Amino acid sequence: MRSLLASGLLLLGQFAQAAGVVHEYQLDNGLKLIVREDHRAPVVVSQVWYKVGASYEHDGITGVSHVLEHMMFKGTDDYPAGEFSRIISENGGSENAFTSKDYTAYFQRLEKSRLPVSFELESDRMRNLHLLDKEFDKEINVVMEERRLRTDDKPTALTYEQFTATAFMSSSVRIPTIGWMNDLQNMELSDLQHWYERWYAPNNAVVVVVGDVDPEAVYKLAKQYFGSLKPEEIVPPKPRIEPEQKGRRDVTVRAPAEVPYTIMGYKAPVLATAELDWEPYALEVLANILDGGSSARLTRDLVRGSQIATSAGAGYDLYDRQAGLFLLDGTPAGEHGVAEVQQALFEQVQSLKDEPVSAEELERVKSAVVANAVYELDSTFYQAMKIGQLETAGLDWRLADKYVERINAVTAEQLQTVAKKYLVEEALTVAVLDPLPMETGQAEHTASNGGGHEH
Amino acid sequence: MNTSTRVMRLPMLLGGLLLWAAQLPVAFAMPGIQHWVTDNGARVYYVQAPELPMVDVNITFAAGSVRDDGQAGLAHMTSTLLDMGAAGLSANEIASRVESLGAELTTGSARDMAWVKLRSLSDGAHLQPALTLFADVINSPDFNKSDFKRERERTLVAIRRSEQSPGTVAGYTFFNQTYGDHPYAPRPSGTIESIAAIKLGELKKFYARYYVARNAVVSIVGDLDRKAAEQLVDQVIGKLPAGERAAAVPPVPQLKSAQQQRIFHPSAQTHVRMGAPGMHRGDPDYFPLYVGNHVLGGGGLVSRLHNEVREKRGLSYSVNSYFSPMEQDGPYLLSLQTRNDQVDEALSVMRDTLQKFLDKGPTEDELVASKKNITGGFPLRIASNSNILDYLNVIGFYDLPLDYLEVFNDRVMAVTREQIVDAFQRRVKPETMTTIIVGGDD
Repeated sequence: MRSLLASGLLLLGQFAQAAGVVHEYQLDNGLKLIVREDHRAPVVVSQVWYKVGASYEHDGITGVSHVLEHMMFKGTDDYPAGEFSRIISENGGSENAFTSKDYTAYFQRLEKSRLPVSFELESDRMRNLHLLDKEFDKEINVVMEERRLRTDDKPTALTYEQFTATAFMSSSVRIPTIGWMNDLQNMELSDLQHWYERWYAPNNAVVVVVGDVDPEAVYKLAKQYFGSLKPEEIVPPKPRIEPEQKGRRDVTVRAPAEVPYTIMGYKAPVLATAELDWEPYALEVLANILDGGSSARLTRDLVRGSQIATSAGAGYDLYDRQAGLFLLDGTPAGEHGVAEVQQALFEQVQSLKDEPVSAEELERVKSAVVANAVYELDSTFYQAMKIGQLETAGLDWRLADKYVERINAVTAEQLQTVAKKYLVEEALTVAVLDPLPMETGQAEHTASNGGGHEH
Repeated sequence: MNTSTRVMRLPMLLGGLLLWAAQLPVAFAMPGIQHWVTDNGARVYYVQAPELPMVDVNITFAAGSVRDDGQAGLAHMTSTLLDMGAAGLSANEIASRVESLGAELTTGSARDMAWVKLRSLSDGAHLQPALTLFADVINSPDFNKSDFKRERERTLVAIRRSEQSPGTVAGYTFFNQTYGDHPYAPRPSGTIESIAAIKLGELKKFYARYYVARNAVVSIVGDLDRKAAEQLVDQVIGKLPAGERAAAVPPVPQLKSAQQQRIFHPSAQTHVRMGAPGMHRGDPDYFPLYVGNHVLGGGGLVSRLHNEVREKRGLSYSVNSYFSPMEQDGPYLLSLQTRNDQVDEALSVMRDTLQKFLDKGPTEDELVASKKNITGGFPLRIASNSNILDYLNVIGFYDLPLDYLEVFNDRVMAVTREQIVDAFQRRVKPETMTTIIVGGDD
């Protein structure tokens, strides 16, 4: 086993150095540019990351970061509504944008010679967005449709939203990125204007470029397009640290559904907030011991062993900006109920505290992490994502390259320590999806000419 | 080629782009595809990619739900059981050994095909044991009774859970209604009733019939030379019985009249699926239909449907149309979802947009813009090993020519407005389309 892990690490070392030369630049106006060379194909991915997202928001305007992301496609004076997407499309590009708790990001994937197209358009909308009522009135409806699609009509997503808002009372981690429906219904163009002026500036942005490019040429290009943009005084969000939880919290979501579900979470630090910087890596390994593939404990013991659950999982995100949750979830099988699934998950947690993880299990997790680090190099998009995510969480992108090393340093004793310290009932929140009967059925079936098929 | 600084001012953009479009077909290297047939009849497609120390292998069998023969879910259950016990190793042992190597072994199935995939580091210490496990799963699945019962229960719960999603209900109802008695009609995952009725012995029979070399396409991309690729193929399927290639999928009958079905669902949105059997892989109308649909509803944020339904009216978050070419005519499908009380308006905008397109086709400007997007974006579609693996599989499984990728851009550029109008008028007929409406308003 050890020799396998060692040979994997050796491979990774050789190729990561060759494949992943990264250059970092800063313009005078504060814009940060990070370029990673990947010369496998004549393509480039360009991403602009803004340090703003749902965790920067407050009650009453939830969802504003995401609505603004939609409105960023609605035009400047130079490139009116629709022009951005039309030009990217004509250049053979694919594009989109995404908003999360901690960031709002815009990207284009292009044949490598078209990078200037991306920079021209992105630098323009970084400072010159022209927000118009007539566009907003339509787009806010699109966002409400998106909320219905992603959350309101998805019982598990609805449960997760209420679960998070129960686990956190003060921390803005509680805010759903899509926004509460009532806040969307009451959003105004001026909310967006303020948000745009406050956060969209070169000194609050990170441009990440990965692909078949010359870093110095990209730097020159960035200065040409972004260099003249005026910086803004950026006032960082207040810390809003969650008060210590004093006991288990429970929430039930009753919604039309076919299958019950449970999700639970323990408050846990992240890399950006941890006092001991090995702890988040230990929590990451712990999540993998439980749910790092089909041989991990939850699938092995709950799905294939006791067969109490048809699926069960664990999750933890060490790169968030604010302290979050160590998650566990499960769907009961057959006649079993959520209570049995919860009990089985608690037993798993208890055994992590009682027994050290075996050497074989730990090696398996580490081998998978090493191999994954190689596989991730197959996607330029993913490489860029990692860099942007770290930077917007207030972390150094170089931590991504340290990931394998840090995971490899985690010991069985450390796993037991973090399990005992963080997976405790005082810090636990539990949610249950309690299905209401779904009334479904055919309402109407019409066929002209009697329907049917030609044979 | 430093046209880049001029590109940025809008009036000059078009000039620069035309230049680029003309240059693109020779501006990048195509993956060199090598093809051979094994002694036992499997078709192999291989691309050497030495840049990263990894190997991807995909073995696809003509063993999708189209072979279910009245027992919906049979192909799906067979595929699911492959890595749940093989060559005397338990599901836990297989998973644990694979994951100890950092490898990824997955199985899956759809209507036309079922596949087993492996991703591994390419050095011998990792790859060799991973291939042994991969070969076990393909050659010697055990089909244990206990694993079968458990996976059947998991499938039943997954089917029940999928009933929670109005989009999923609309999707499978569309296939049921549109394909009638054709084997493309049933849900590949099966139904509560059909899954409950399937017997283990039928999985074994299905496996013995369809998981054979002549029914297999092997695709390989990665850091190994031709000799190593040949050895890999021999190791993984060299001992698989030759068997027989599956019979051709029967042609899909054309619908002769429109039908509309409304299904009540306790949801805030109503999902709409409208369409009919569209085209097949290698279809003579493939390029006019593909390029034409890019203008109508396939071109992401700039298509006509997107513009009419979302940009102009704010009616839907996602709206699109696409052809899913399969061995026989896969669906041409237009989709959207909207607040329950807006569904009639949204549907009528969608129908009008389609009808206008059928009447007049794309404008010359729209056609040029779509061609630029498709051809200009070509390098993106073959940029990663996993992209190339997917193309190899499609080329191999559907017997497309080996130069499919090389001539792709030329074929797109050659499409004319008249060809699009002609192909759409012959192949896309709103008067015989199926419309499925699933949502909360009655």
